[in-house]
Amino acid sequence: MTHSYDSLFAATGRFIAHASHHDAGGGLLSGLSHPVSGADHVLAMVAVGLWGAQLGRPAVWALPVAFPIAMALGGMLGLTGIPLPGVEIGIAVSAIVLGIMVLAAARPPLWVAAVLVGVFALFHGHAHGTELPPGANGTLYSIGFVISTGLLHAVGIAIGLIHRYDWGKSALRGAGAMVAAGGALFLYQAIA
Amino acid sequence: MIFVESLPAIPGFQSGGLLGHLVQTGFGGFYDGMVHSVVTPEDGMVMVALGLLSALGGKDRARVLVVAMPLAWFVAGAGALMFPSVGPPPLVPTLGFGMVGLLVAFNQVLPGTVFKMLVIALACIHGAASGGAMRETGLGWLGLSGSCVAVFVMVSLLPACLADIRKPAARIALRVGGSWLAAIAMLMIGWAIRSS
Repeated sequence: MTHSYDSLFAATGRFIAHASHHDAGGGLLSGLSHPVSGADHVLAMVAVGLWGAQLGRPAVWALPVAFPIAMALGGMLGLTGIPLPGVEIGIAVSAIVLGIMVLAAARPPLWVAAVLVGVFALFHGHAHGTELPPGANGTLYSIGFVISTGLLHAVGIAIGLIHRYDWGKSALRGAGAMVAAGGALFLYQAIA
Repeated sequence: MIFVESLPAIPGFQSGGLLGHLVQTGFGGFYDGMVHSVVTPEDGMVMVALGLLSALGGKDRARVLVVAMPLAWFVAGAGALMFPSVGPPPLVPTLGFGMVGLLVAFNQVLPGTVFKMLVIALACIHGAASGGAMRETGLGWLGLSGSCVAVFVMVSLLPACLADIRKPAARIALRVGGSWLAAIAMLMIGWAIRSS
């Protein structure tokens, strides 16, 4: 993943190095940190939460249920070496589309939203699956990875709760615009 | 002080080494066995998965879980202690809790008999693995007894906290937990395929 928080990790280098020493071969801490190490992943996963909060029940829960399962399926494909074309482009497009959905306050049927999120989750999962460090502790890594992804959704949902206020509706749509703009930047980087 | 003496590089995927974390508490084999079940991720996840599934089904399912799981765990563990050939094939425990996670995620309340059989089957799988680990690590019957007590405590506490949940939002939170378990299982299966 090219869009990493290099400066952040550089600043916390001592902690990360210390953690890695005890986190034999990449375990729970590696799994927890991997989903947040790519800004494109973070944007898309937070956007899932934002959109879910905007859609309200039952989507606010259905989307975070659909995403991890589809993402893990993509992760399985990546781990087993089954290729998925255009992964980086798919990830960038996911941020664009999800951002636009939030910006437009789109309200498709629940199954459409779930399928859309699920398809994008496949790309994210596949990227994570192919990037998993060799020799890592598979069990603990998987646990940390899924928890971290779920927490990113929770952050998105928590932010999206501003939707209940009048000013919050506009702010949320503004956040959607920023997510879409970020996705466009990542798409440019993926293509260029 | 708890000291993790050995941690396989990829726990859960090594034949015979399944769930083979030896934890020395300093309090003897019984407590070592207790902690073993708590810190072994596969064991913990099957307990959580069945706890969530029983919570979705209500108090009757929770009562079945509290009684059937420790008993079946002990019987299968005893079998593995006495007969070294007894033990689950690799990945079966992972498939087990992943399947339960999917059932929770899709809000499936199983009929009583099916739930009972599922609990017994999964307890036998994990109990056999646990018994094998107790044999390999020399903890023996004492360790297996501690392991079963830990299972009893875990499957008593979790459904006790969750079985009375009736608010739709809280039930959906349980389903999110189920989807996480299913996702973890799928990643672990992919990992195992890559490692093999």
